[in-house]
Amino acid sequence: MTTLDRRMFLTGAAAGASLILVQVTPATAQGLTPDVQAAVDAILAGRTPIDAGITLDAPVSADNGAQVPVTVIVDSPMTEDDHVTAIHLVATLNPAPGLGSFHLTPRLGRAEIFTRVRLAEGQQFLAFAETSDGRVLRAAARTAVTIGGCST
Amino acid sequence: MSTPRIRLPETAAPGDVIEIRTLIDHEMITAVSSSAPRDMLSRFEATMNGETVIAVDYANGSAANPTLTFFVRAEAPGDFVFTWTHEDGTTFTAEGTVEVG
Repeated sequence: MTTLDRRMFLTGAAAGASLILVQVTPATAQGLTPDVQAAVDAILAGRTPIDAGITLDAPVSADNGAQVPVTVIVDSPMTEDDHVTAIHLVATLNPAPGLGSFHLTPRLGRAEIFTRVRLAEGQQFLAFAETSDGRVLRAAARTAVTIGGCST
Repeated sequence: MSTPRIRLPETAAPGDVIEIRTLIDHEMITAVSSSAPRDMLSRFEATMNGETVIAVDYANGSAANPTLTFFVRAEAPGDFVFTWTHEDGTTFTAEGTVEVG
């Protein structure tokens, strides 16, 4: 490869890369952006999530992305030997992926929380529950947003 | 600003699972897309008779006026303390008692 060919190749590769960037937004339904993937990897810590035993309840559409109600219910007896230790909520298209982490104890009678989160735009978001026996349960929800919730 | 609001039952039978609703008035300004200085709570913790029941680490995606509803198993009379901690270290607290018997 001559120097000129190599330069042309790199220019072409850069053009291709910018085209790929334009395509990122729709592709996040399948693949996660690097910062979201990093947030998920930090929760999983090498574990494979199980898509069962957890319900993430959020509206199909929200007028105000700044106040999106979310309920997470995990199938757990919440005993000393068998309980949920943490619930993490992760956005896929916010400026920052974190939506809050909740640390649970067996003093809770149910592995259920209600809170409100900010969604900058309509998107899929994820809930992860860590259990006392080391499993990670995962659920996803998709909420459409009329007015984005990241103006502050 | 920063006024806590708590709703919990006055009484419960032993073994009941009681609902506790919490909210604090706070703008939770991330400063990601505004020129206002960052003004965020970082943590919420609820204790019952001195032991942690549930805690929250807030993130930029936590909504303004952070709210949390959770469910506690009432086995003995419970003195609850609810504490919100600002990123600057300031704390805001509220208290409540549930009679059990």
